[in-house]
Amino acid sequence: MPGYDYKPFEVTPPPELDGEGEAKARYPVAIIGAGPIGLAAAVDLATKGVPSIVLDDNNVVSIGSRAICWAKRTLEIFDRLGIGERMLAKGVTWKTGRLFHGSSEVYNFDLLPEEGHKYPAFINLQQYYVEQYLVERAKEFPDLIDLRFKNKVVEHQDNGDHITLQVETPFGNYELKADYTIVCDGAGSPTRKRMGLPFDGQTFEEHFLIADVEMEESPFETQVPERWFWFEPEFHSGQSALLHKQPDNIYRIDLQLGPESDPKLEATEEKVFPRIKAIVGDKPFKLDWMSVYKFRCAKLERFVHNRMLFVGDSAHVVSPFGARGGNGGIQDVDNICWKLAAVIKAEADASLLETYNEERVHGSAENILNSSRATNFMTPKSSIEHLFRNEVLNLSSKMPFARKLINSGRLSVPCSLEAKTLQQTDESNGIKQVQVGDVVLDAPVKADGDSTWLVSQVQGEFTLLGVGDVELPDVGGVRRVGINQSNVSYKTLQDEEGLATRRYGEGNAYLLRPDGHVLAIYKSPDAGKIRSVLDHISNPIFEKEVA
Amino acid sequence: MMNDTSMMTDKLGANGDEFYNFLMDAHEGLSEEQSHALNARLVLMLANEVGNIDTLKSVIKTAVEFNHE
Repeated sequence: MPGYDYKPFEVTPPPELDGEGEAKARYPVAIIGAGPIGLAAAVDLATKGVPSIVLDDNNVVSIGSRAICWAKRTLEIFDRLGIGERMLAKGVTWKTGRLFHGSSEVYNFDLLPEEGHKYPAFINLQQYYVEQYLVERAKEFPDLIDLRFKNKVVEHQDNGDHITLQVETPFGNYELKADYTIVCDGAGSPTRKRMGLPFDGQTFEEHFLIADVEMEESPFETQVPERWFWFEPEFHSGQSALLHKQPDNIYRIDLQLGPESDPKLEATEEKVFPRIKAIVGDKPFKLDWMSVYKFRCAKLERFVHNRMLFVGDSAHVVSPFGARGGNGGIQDVDNICWKLAAVIKAEADASLLETYNEERVHGSAENILNSSRATNFMTPKSSIEHLFRNEVLNLSSKMPFARKLINSGRLSVPCSLEAKTLQQTDESNGIKQVQVGDVVLDAPVKADGDSTWLVSQVQGEFTLLGVGDVELPDVGGVRRVGINQSNVSYKTLQDEEGLATRRYGEGNAYLLRPDGHVLAIYKSPDAGKIRSVLDHISNPIFEKEVA
Repeated sequence: MMNDTSMMTDKLGANGDEFYNFLMDAHEGLSEEQSHALNARLVLMLANEVGNIDTLKSVIKTAVEFNHE
């Protein structure tokens, strides 16, 4: 049935059961789950020299496209991990979204009208490609990443200073010890269930049908891929529908089925084929994958439970509208890995991990808020809600304020970490687009005459970025990068187009975290000040009560 | 007299989603009759907030133009 060639990954006996390689008495990091989040975490840690062992109960990539929308910031993180360009080359870049009510178009929007970014606002790429690329990338670190498929974690014990994991394999069972465990075993997380942690939130009653359809001829009016969203389309009365293009001429169709529908009955070809034909017309197509689902928005109260660290869907789930599931999970990875690496290398106290909890509980709450709002707009719960929704659509044909109220999913953007424990106050007072707590904003720059991108030059380690007339002090452990500077002893970039200067402001110095979030902005940075910010990171003092 | 530029300007900005959801939450659990009453009160109170009679007449006229056939 599927167009994708699902090749199983090799399964070998683990060294603990007399396989090849060396069984370690204790692993610094065990990762439960080899989905995009677990694999990205393994690669991220490896780039920082931290070894990990990845345990997954399966041995193939995700069946079906699942997460398909990868946002700009996610692509920048994947760029750092070494697969961003590959994803961009394979993925479908779209930027025009069209909204229809019934058969008429009410509104269309351009996702990222601004020039000067390496990556677009979004690409569409099936989750199985992302997992495949990550597995291949992970294999480039044979000394640091131990990938074990068909290794199912069935039990664990937190011993205070380390974790013991019980693992089931086709070759027998074994036990291993890890300093820390990253839990990425998905929305239904067996680990979370085993620990009995409450996973509370809102369940939406609507059933949705999701289908991947392969077709040569584009269902859009032009060859340019777009995102089409219908409220109450004529072909699917009273509900909503979404059409999206993926690579390999595969189109994603999402259809709202209503709360009364029978999911078993709906997920049959007899029911699905007429629905697809209603959208794509008489063009020939092949059904690759389908699923009928309900969704909910929920999260753990805390993501850090001593040495068990919850990352991605195991920690939080959102409705799919707004693409905040996979993208939110990758931001978790970006946030936790540099901190965990610092703790494992004894460069920071374990309490630094508490800032992962603080920052990503905040980020996931924002994601849940946005995706719940989109879902509420799409699935009115009462006749009054329905009335308001339809009058918004009615007004939106002419009135801009109403267009902005239409909500079929808001663009996934990274949250600001301003006013959280690690971030400092802005001391620059200058005009700039990037504020304390924000993530770095890309810009085209030249390095030794070669074109490159700012984000790729400043993420991955602590960096002091100076724009124009500002002196950057030498502080141990902090990379210095100057824009439009000369006669300095560190790396400089040229901002020929003026975009970097506009985004960061002339004369400002930015202190950036390894995940690209802005710690502080200075007019006159001095070494002592910067050292105290770094000291605070290695031993954070929590003034606010942490959620 | 209110001009088109004012009505054609989005004044909710980044708070649009928050406003809309706050309004929907206010209707949650109400009967249809109660919701209509709430809407009527809201229109009256928002009219008082706007105050200017020319603006109010202009908004009412424009809203009427969007009536469904």
